[in-house]
Amino acid sequence: MSKQEWPLYEVFIRTKSGLSHRHAGSVHAADDQMALDNARDTYTRRREGVSLWVVRSDSIVASDPAETAAFFEPAEDKIYRHPTFYEIPDGVENL
Amino acid sequence: MYTQGLDQAGKEQREVAETADMLAAFQARIDAEEKIEAKDWMPEAYRRTLIRQISQHAHSEIIGMQPEGNWLTRAPSLKRKAILLAKVQDEAGHGLYLYSAAETLGVSRDQLVGDLLSGKAKYSSIFNYPTLSWADIGAVGWLVDGAAIMNQIPLCRCSYGPYARAMVRVCKEESFHQRQGFEIMLTLCRGTDEQKAMAQDALSRWWWPSLMMFGPNDSESKHSAQSMAWKIKRFTNDELRQKFVDVTVQQAEYLGISVPDKDLRFDESSGHHTFGEIDWQEFMDVIAGNGPCNKQRLEKRQAAHDDGAWVREAAQAYASKQAALAAA
Ligand SMILES: [Fe+2]
Ligand SMILES: [Fe+2]
Repeated sequence: MSKQEWPLYEVFIRTKSGLSHRHAGSVHAADDQMALDNARDTYTRRREGVSLWVVRSDSIVASDPAETAAFFEPAEDKIYRHPTFYEIPDGVENL
Repeated sequence: MYTQGLDQAGKEQREVAETADMLAAFQARIDAEEKIEAKDWMPEAYRRTLIRQISQHAHSEIIGMQPEGNWLTRAPSLKRKAILLAKVQDEAGHGLYLYSAAETLGVSRDQLVGDLLSGKAKYSSIFNYPTLSWADIGAVGWLVDGAAIMNQIPLCRCSYGPYARAMVRVCKEESFHQRQGFEIMLTLCRGTDEQKAMAQDALSRWWWPSLMMFGPNDSESKHSAQSMAWKIKRFTNDELRQKFVDVTVQQAEYLGISVPDKDLRFDESSGHHTFGEIDWQEFMDVIAGNGPCNKQRLEKRQAAHDDGAWVREAAQAYASKQAALAAA
């Protein structure tokens, strides 16, 4: 038997209906079902969730922290996307 | 806690790529209270310090299951047994959160577990003491988890994001541990003379080892200053130890049992308790592997690891087979 480390899964928990799933941590598991079971036992021993997602860590595509500034640069100079950019005279209501 | 800074002499060679500018920019992020995340650039020494501290912490949680597991089958009632089982299970969980946090720094789980089993990695000295009576389960929860909380709460603000987040989760669970321990002590102290004597005996044996959990005095602690600058640590060993003594002495008074330190007294002028000298020789001996239970703890962990090998192999074989079937 080859001694192979079980793959890593990232765990996401929805704490209650109406909220998004949120990253909680990670677990190792041999397969998807075991990843769900391990995530339940590791991260929800106190009813922390109503729904769990697990996803293989190597399936996540992430932006590169070293490129953060360049990557998010397009949003930098578009302050007109925010309502506070616009000046509304006194006396105009409900806007 | 369990992060006593028990270092094997660290090799401090820096990668050539680390220029003074990069180090200064990194320190500026830390000083601005920014969190460092897994894929961010960080100095190698910062990475190594964290791997050492987080893995030591994880190993302590895992080995820490043993002294308490020792009483699972002999808990005095079904309720106590269920509670203790839940606590021991939490400690396993803490170990797992922390191994995950350490892995974000680029070290593998197998490597971490291997270092524990080979004796290369350290774990907290406290878990090398035996739990001789049921009262020890009370004392461990009250004192050991209590000392752990003292150390861990500031770690929730540690500069490394994944570690800080794991600690938030751990801290929420630790306060159940400490309270259940105190409640065991309280029940014994309100019981028969014999029960109260058990509680006193447990406090007498666990007091000094608990103070040692905070690690060497600041003057002797070789990693403290750098860890403080990096905001991995927020308080020094001696500051945390002092805080622990101050709150715990008052709790012992409430229980009506006494702390085994003839030099202990309340100092009006500072508002703190002064206390006697810790037996650092004992501490060094336990760290060096010669505590009462070091050998037993590692042997038991090794046996559990070996006994589980066939389960890991079977699960892997099943997963491979299912994957092959799905691909066919
Ligand atoms: Fe713990
Ligand atoms: Fe605990």
